Amino acid sequence: MDTKKMTSNHGRNAALLSILPGFGQFYNKQFVKGAIFLILTVSFFAAFYDTLNWGFWGLFTLGEIPVLDHSIFLLIDGIIALIVTALGLIIYAFNIYDAYNNGKKRDLGLELNSVREQYHNLLDNGFPYLMISPGFFLLVFVVIFPILFVVLLAFTNYDLYHSPPAKLVDWVGIQNFIDIFKLDLWRKTFFGVMGWTIVWTFVATTLQVALGIFLAILVNQKDLKGKAIVRTIFILPWAVPSFISILIFSGMFNETFGVVNKTILDAIGIGAVPWMTEENWTRLALIFIQSWLGFPFIFAMTTGVLQSIPDELYEAATVDGASILQKFTKITLPLVLFATAPIIITQYTFNFNNFNVIFLFNGGGPAIPGQNAGGSDILISWIYKLTMTSAQYGKAAAVTMILSLIVITVALWQFRRTKSFQEEDLM
Amino acid sequence: MSMKKNKMIRLTLSYLIIALMSFIVIYPLLWVIGSSLNPGQSLSGSTMFPENPTLAHYKYLFDLEKSNYVKWYWNSLKISTLTMILTVITVSLTAYSFSRYRFIGRKNGLLTFLVLQMIPNFAALIAIFVLATRTGLIDTHLGLILVYVGGQIPMNTWLMKGYLDTIPKELDESAKMDGASHLRVFWQIVMPLAKPIVAVVALFSFIAPFGDFILARILLRTDEKFTMAVGLYEMVAKQFGNEFTKFAAGSVLIAIPIAALFLMFQKYFVSGLTAGGTKG
Repeated sequence: MDTKKMTSNHGRNAALLSILPGFGQFYNKQFVKGAIFLILTVSFFAAFYDTLNWGFWGLFTLGEIPVLDHSIFLLIDGIIALIVTALGLIIYAFNIYDAYNNGKKRDLGLELNSVREQYHNLLDNGFPYLMISPGFFLLVFVVIFPILFVVLLAFTNYDLYHSPPAKLVDWVGIQNFIDIFKLDLWRKTFFGVMGWTIVWTFVATTLQVALGIFLAILVNQKDLKGKAIVRTIFILPWAVPSFISILIFSGMFNETFGVVNKTILDAIGIGAVPWMTEENWTRLALIFIQSWLGFPFIFAMTTGVLQSIPDELYEAATVDGASILQKFTKITLPLVLFATAPIIITQYTFNFNNFNVIFLFNGGGPAIPGQNAGGSDILISWIYKLTMTSAQYGKAAAVTMILSLIVITVALWQFRRTKSFQEEDLM
Repeated sequence: MSMKKNKMIRLTLSYLIIALMSFIVIYPLLWVIGSSLNPGQSLSGSTMFPENPTLAHYKYLFDLEKSNYVKWYWNSLKISTLTMILTVITVSLTAYSFSRYRFIGRKNGLLTFLVLQMIPNFAALIAIFVLATRTGLIDTHLGLILVYVGGQIPMNTWLMKGYLDTIPKELDESAKMDGASHLRVFWQIVMPLAKPIVAVVALFSFIAPFGDFILARILLRTDEKFTMAVGLYEMVAKQFGNEFTKFAAGSVLIAIPIAALFLMFQKYFVSGLTAGGTKG
């Protein structure tokens, strides 16, 4: 054998040979490692052959005989097959990578690690993977799995009329998306809900942020007495679990016995307001409630920032003859906004998906003729209704995908600008 | 003279606004306490300060034969505590690995977490529902806890990783030089220094399941397995108004301890969020 000629090709050869897992390692004379890869591969196929075979058949056909084949269970098994395949492919890729690397080392005339060294290496390099694995597996099953499921479901006709086991579910391509944008009922509902979601997100969040900052600055005035007690009072809405506050408000705004109509508005001399049955009044009430719920958080954050601004800054500004307004717009506001910006942005994404306040206050109602969502439904509560009450699973999944795309786009745009994303060792 | 007058006006206005806001904040809370003391079931004839207050509704809630309230209370505490413990363990391990080791897949893992923390995990509620039905975990607390923990991992991992990054790496490197094992560095060097962020993650992962409504509502089916949020909602929704005074009593009993705890730990919340938000 002409060693000189061969040297430049160990890497390639080993990688090619490891198309059959283990053989690349054998070629590199790492017999133990090769045997482990080979055994892993064989046992992988032995253990998962049925899972994969059945899973992929189910995934493609979604069942052929009604009653006997349960399309949704087949879909679940199909996703499991996909995940198993992905894990298998990762190991497979690692096998090729390892063979190639060691072959390369031989090309360069370096010593390969002994079995003992390999074992120590495995312990060292494997440690982070070992630590991550509990969280990772949980994440795969309760977060990634559901996401894959929803993505696939969005392309099926799964609804009340195609409900297993009596009926089969079929792949319908992008029909759900077409329907949402083309059928009158769906289009009207979608854009109605979408519009209100955007208005809701911006108005409610901006109001709570503005109120929080305003009150923090107000309470922070130096010559104001009783700061501690005022701050405790203003934190209270944050301290009480929000689902309780919302349910309390839904009682207060109730049209027949609610205290808002009966006592408060009566005292001012305004007649009863249809809080629960008129779309726009419900929306107004919701914005009020969310401001009540949300301002303490911003209030607390801003107070923290304000207390860290050195007095000298203001004293210097006073010496330079700055007015109160100038001090506010040139010193206070920029510092506060800079420090709380990331938190303020998460408030917007939070309200975009604020299911609790919408659902617990009035169930997303009142009902509106000509569309299948209530007057105060935002996207997330609409999805809930499509799933839990009208069993429009396929459509619900399609709407979920649209919602997720919006959230991810905004989120990535936001995080591109934050420090953590620019951290050098992330990339 | 005019400066003094200005100051007077400014302070008076401030106090007025504060008084108004305090009224708006406190009124609903007082109202619910008042309602809970009203005799009778509904609120039709109730007043905020009832003439003949009664504790009957509180007694009713503690009557194990008539009401599942105590069970809900226990369920909520159990689920939140277990979620907290599991979250702290998994998040510490994950965050530590991401902060201290450079391994293949680290970058993609971090990016995945970043995206995942943006999508609330109840967005995939159909999937969670179907999956739970398929695995038989529907209507069990175990299923609910697993979903909570999984949902907590991405955000809290980022939060804790941000904090761990600020602990100097020289510390663990010198410990490793002295022959400390991986686990020992993690457990005896880094974790003791990370106590503040562990406290924050623990608080968050306790509060989140406690306040969650949607997942518990989807997964739990029988009355006695409900958590506080679902139970109280059912109480109000079933026959609105007819059990409102009982609901009010139930709310007071849960709101007071939580609010007290919260006010005690409030500083941690704020510092944890600002630390995680800007450095995370």
